[in-house]
Parts: sequence; structure tokens; C-alpha cells
Amino acid sequence: MFYRESGQFKSSYAEDQQIFPIRQDRIGIAALLVLAFVVVPLTADQYWFSAILTPFLIFSLAALGLNILTGYAGQLSLGTAAFMAIGAFMAYNVELRLPWMPILGSFAIGGLCAAAVGVVFGLPSLRIKGFYLAVATLACQFFVLWAINRIGWFSNNSSSGVITAQKIVIAGYTLDTPAAKYLLTLAIVTLMSLAAKNLMRSETGRAFMAVRDMDVAAEVVGIRMMHTKLLAFAISSFYCGVAGALFAFCYLGTVEPEAFNLDLSFRVLFMIIIGGVGSILGCYLGSAFIILLPILLNLVAGGVSHTFGVEINHASLSNIELIVFGSLIIFFLIVEPHGLARLWQIAKEKLRLWPFPH
Amino acid sequence: MKRNMIGGLGVAFAACAAMAFSAGAAAQAKEQFVPANGYWVGPYAPGGSGIFGGLIDYMQMINDRDGGINGVKFSGGKCETEYNNARGVECYERSKKKGPTGASVIHPLSTGITYSLIDKVAADKIPMISLGYGRTDAADGRVFPYVFPLITTYWSQAAAMVKYIGTKMGGMDKLKGKKITLIYHDSAFGKEPHGILQDMGKQYGFDVQMIAVAHPGNEQQAQWLQVRQAKPDYVILWGWGVMNTVALKAAAKIGYPRDKIIGVWWAGAEEDVLPAGDVAKGYIAAGFNVSGANFPVIKAIQKHVYAKGKGEMEDKSRIGSIYYNRGVVHGILTVEAIRKAQERFGKGQPMTGEQVRWGIENLNIDAAALKKLGAEGFMPPLKVSCADHEGSGLVKFQQWDGKAWKVLTDWIEPDRKLVRDKIEASAAQYAKEKGITLRDCSKEK
Repeated sequence: MFYRESGQFKSSYAEDQQIFPIRQDRIGIAALLVLAFVVVPLTADQYWFSAILTPFLIFSLAALGLNILTGYAGQLSLGTAAFMAIGAFMAYNVELRLPWMPILGSFAIGGLCAAAVGVVFGLPSLRIKGFYLAVATLACQFFVLWAINRIGWFSNNSSSGVITAQKIVIAGYTLDTPAAKYLLTLAIVTLMSLAAKNLMRSETGRAFMAVRDMDVAAEVVGIRMMHTKLLAFAISSFYCGVAGALFAFCYLGTVEPEAFNLDLSFRVLFMIIIGGVGSILGCYLGSAFIILLPILLNLVAGGVSHTFGVEINHASLSNIELIVFGSLIIFFLIVEPHGLARLWQIAKEKLRLWPFPH
Repeated sequence: MKRNMIGGLGVAFAACAAMAFSAGAAAQAKEQFVPANGYWVGPYAPGGSGIFGGLIDYMQMINDRDGGINGVKFSGGKCETEYNNARGVECYERSKKKGPTGASVIHPLSTGITYSLIDKVAADKIPMISLGYGRTDAADGRVFPYVFPLITTYWSQAAAMVKYIGTKMGGMDKLKGKKITLIYHDSAFGKEPHGILQDMGKQYGFDVQMIAVAHPGNEQQAQWLQVRQAKPDYVILWGWGVMNTVALKAAAKIGYPRDKIIGVWWAGAEEDVLPAGDVAKGYIAAGFNVSGANFPVIKAIQKHVYAKGKGEMEDKSRIGSIYYNRGVVHGILTVEAIRKAQERFGKGQPMTGEQVRWGIENLNIDAAALKKLGAEGFMPPLKVSCADHEGSGLVKFQQWDGKAWKVLTDWIEPDRKLVRDKIEASAAQYAKEKGITLRDCSKEK
């Protein structure tokens, strides 16, 4: 009933090809955007901006980057955090060494540097597949961190290898409040999500999916293997690089190379597995699950022990949180192995039939 | 059915979250809120639980014995950071508005989280104490008004180690032509001493060799083979967590004498040496606090907290351990800074972050004050100022005898001018990058 499409006629090719063909979806997305761009900035407090929403958006973008590569083009990668590190450190260096460069230009250059490295480490994908490729990208993860740690140029010879992001100034206006940084992050993430959504509906995106589903067949129908795979690596790394730059400039402010360790790569990989491999919505759901659920569990545990006056040892409480979090991951993967995005799709189908299922 | 279950879970979460928020909002008026954003799980839990145990117990003792500071009692809340930067930032944001005056002081207890919070504490006007860790050049209070790497920084520590090695050899001139190897945790923490060791090596003519150990450090055979080849006169161990234990075992395997290994203070707790067993005997580590439960301050905690069935430590044998006592040092500094702030801004009032910052900046704990606190010989005296956010630089060296840490030296002072010059140069570079104008300390009241 809620998703009834009857009465929605498409009378032109443009209408038939639009991103959200169902009117309810268009209304929903518009409402969501109004909520994110207008209602949230007016109502949320600093805690929400700097501890919840900004990291959520940044990790959604990183997950989106990985999803383009793994979910759409079928190339498994464990180098996400390294690409983020390149984005962060290069954006910092561009700002430092080319002071006239506008900040968005620095973010873009950070992303492009990550893309270049992505192409280089994507070369093995022409020969190897699956888990073996994942191991090859692991080399990227370790090499990049090693280089950033060893080569003083990256951190402007800081004694501890730590960089401090410069001020964000756009058109003479300094963005220094958490709300302003949130809005900048939101704008970039929205635009890049839109670009990704469109890219995946284009010829390039279809080529990615063809390579993912069966690369021999794809080659036979005339898709250039090297071009497609390396393009996937480049686009994916660009997204991760921009996410890394946002991580440094809009979220933490000061970052050490260790922040981008293998653990972070795994977390982003878990985000797309839980959210939904090969789905844009899944990136957001997965990021919310991995980033926000532990915080929610922590608040809930604190609330329960406070309300009921039960004195639970804090160490046990923290361990229980981890256990519950782990169980929830298993629960969701059993309920829906294709991720949370698939759950939403099923829900949508049910809503379409409701209240008269067959 | 599936969806119902998920929906039910969601409703339960929402209800619980609402309770959590409403519980946090109900705070009493005359309280001084000091958050405990630490870690009780994960690989670094021994450090986190011990230090926060000591801190919380000390504040509890002040509440029970003295009724707080001039009637203002301490309140606190724990938040689990898992030693993870993102969680640390989240805990900070969650705790900064709690209590009548917000968080009065932050102890991040992680160098990474300290870095992540430097910009935020300055904007929120909440002082951050990074006691013996964190960003070294933050000791220049003109550039970093809200960050306090109190007592001693990593650079002072490295300088003090070289001085100690020099004294053991019979004078600093004897260091000429000697070889010192630094085995370090490959992170920002481990890289901190590089510059100062190289500078001192040039100054005194000794050779410095740096060997990195990748996190977490449970595989060190290659590194110690290098040590065997180089045959250094001393090894400085700059480790954290499991890396320390593994290093001691690896040193024993190649037969490197343990009394020639000198550890940083994060490599000098019972938790580091006990798992290594007998091979740890003779190992030397620095520390800005000593172990032992015989100090009046620890006895007061046992009498006023544990005798009443309260207290943080489940394993009572950890009371008086290095980490626990370090937590008590955190407690003493926090309480004394707030007491100092109350003397100026109004006794019996909860202090704001800005006022506590003044209190820390004017903290002066001399030998007489330490005696009064029951902490004579327990921690070094310190005097903080607007420009100098370190305040002391003193460390003791202690040796593990198989059962306990035995103190070898009195407080050793590093070459403070050398360290200070480096700190000011580094802070000036930071100020230039960030466009910060230096605070004029002669105008501070």
C-alpha cells in the first residue's frame, strides 16, 4: 500500500531512467535531505555533531569507496585505511605547501593521490583474484603506513609523525564549529553518493558489475579488463582518500599514522559486509551499525545499571557490550546474509503488498 | 516475524537510551565532575583499570575523609574508550557537559586520544592532563594553554635515561664512543624520543641505533638478533603492553643482560615483568611514581574506601602496584589543582574548566606539601607555570628483583634546558602552522 506504484505513469525516457523511479522514494529522499541539511543543524547539539553524525558520514563515504571496488567491481581489498591515510596526509601537505589552494582543492588532490596509489596497487588484480588479491592489497596497507612513518616529508618532519589539520576556510568563511564541519561533510558525502549512484547506473558501472559477475564473459563481450579494473581501483581509492581527508580535517583535527591501521581497513570491510555488498544504502546502514551501535550499547548498559541501581562491575559491563555487539553481527548475518540493505529491500516489497499479501 | 523481532529490539534500545539520557541530566548542584574516560577491556586493560582505579579511589577517599574539597564532592562517570581514538572522542563529547560545571579536567590516558582532543579542549575550555604521555611540545603553555603533560614528558624521560646511563658509567664524558640501542613501539609514542636521543648522541659522542617493533610487538626475534650483532652498551626499551614482556624474553634468549635494559615508564609495571617470569629479574625501568602500599596516602585509601567495602579494585593485591599508584598521582594532581582554583575563585564552589586550568597552571607541590598529602617519595615535587606545563621532569629508576620494583636512585633531573629548547622550537613550528599567536605569560594573573 505504501509503495503502490499504480497511477505513476512514465511518459518519457528521462522519467523512465531517473534515479528514483518511484514517487514515494523521491519524497522519502527529499525528506531525508531536508532533515539532514535543515532540521538536524537547527536541533542537534555538539555531541551529536562531533561524536555521532560526522564520523558516521565519513565512514559511510569510506565504505562507499570500498563498496564500489568490492561490491560492484568484485575486487576484494584490505587497503582502505591506507587510501584514507594518503588522502589525509596529502591534503595536509597540499594545504601546507600550497597555501593558496582552496580547501576543497586540497581534498580533491588528496583523493587523486590516493587514486594514483590505488591504480598502482590495483595492477595485481589483473592476474589474481579473490582472497589472493586481498593479500596483495594488504601489502599496500603496510607499505603506505611504513612510508608515512619513515619519510619525514609527509608529516612535515614532525618528531612523532603526527599531523595537525589546518583551518578550513571556504570563500573567506572559517568553518570551525562542529555544526559547520558537519554541514561540509554532509554536502561532500551527499554529492559523492549521488555521483556513485549515477556511476553505477552508467555504462562504466555496468562494466564493473559484468567484471564482478564473470570476468571471462565480460572480456568476451568486449569490456576492457585492465581499463575497467584499474578504473574501479582509482574511483574507489579516490572516495577513500576524500574520506581520509575529511577524517583529518572535519573530525579529529590531529591524526597519527597509527589511526589508519589494518584494524580500520577491517572495520570498513565489515561495514559493507553487514550493510550490504553492492548497495549504496548498505554503506550507510553498515557504517551506522559498526560506528553507532557500540555507542548505543554503551549508553544502554549505563542506563540500565543506573535505572535499576544494579552495581555492575565496569569491566564486565564493557565486556558484555562487546559480546552483545558480536552476537548482533552474527544474528543479522544469519537473518539476512546479504546485509541490512537487503532487509530494507524485503521490507519495501512487503510494504508494497500490504495489507493484502498473496 | 523476523521484522517483529528486530522492531522489538529497536524499541527496547530506544527506551533504554532514553533512560540513559534522562539519568545523565539529573545532576546535583555542589559537585565537581571529573570523568573517567578509560579502558577496562582490550590489550591495554591492565594499565587503564589500574590507573583509573587509583584515580577514582583517591577522589572517593577525599569525598569520604574530607567531605570533598571545602564541601564540594567529586562525582564521576566511567566511559569505555577501548584505547580507540574515535571512542575516546565520543566519550569526551559525552562527558564534557555533565555535572554542574561540565567536565572539569580530562585524562585521556592514550597518546592517540590526546592528539585527537588537543583542538577540542582548547575550544571547549577544558584542561587536559596527559601525565607522562601525549604530545611533548604541549609543555609549552604559551602555545597549548589547555594541555598539561605534567611531571615529565617523553623527551625529559629520554634525557633522564641518558643521564642515568652516564652516571652508571661514571660520568657523562664516559659516554663517548658507546653504543645505545633504542627498541621502540612503531607508533607516534615510540617515535617521540628519536630527536632528543640523536641530539644527545651528537653532544656526548655516543652512537644511537633505532630498531622498530611493529604493533603489538609479540614477535621480536629479528630485532633482538640485530641487538646481538650490534652489542650495544645499553638498550632503551620504549614499549607498551605485551611488547615489553616479549622483549624481556627475547633478550634472555640471546643472552643480553637484563640490567642493561632500561625501560620507559610505560614498560615498567608489574604487569610487564610478571608474565616474563624469572628472565625479567634485574630489568631496570624509569618511573615518576614508585610502587608499594606503605605510603600514608595509600593507607588512607585503604582505611576510608576499602575498609568500608567500597573501592574500584577487585583484585586487592593490585593496590600499591605501579599502575594503581600512578592513578593516585593522577588523583593528587587533579584534587590539588581544583583546591588551588577554589582558593582564588571561591571556596566551596564547583569550578569550571577554565578555573581549573588556572589551578593547574599555578600548581606548586613542594616537598612539604607532598609530606602533608602523605606522598613523600611517592611522586616528585612539581611547580607548574604559564609557560612550563611540565613542571618537574624528575624520574626515579627502579629495578625488578623478581618480586617487586626496588628503587635504585633518587629523583634524577634531565638536562632541562636542552629539552626545553627543543620543546619551544617544536611548539613554535606548530604555532606557525596553525597560525596561533603565543600567549604572553607576563600578562597572566
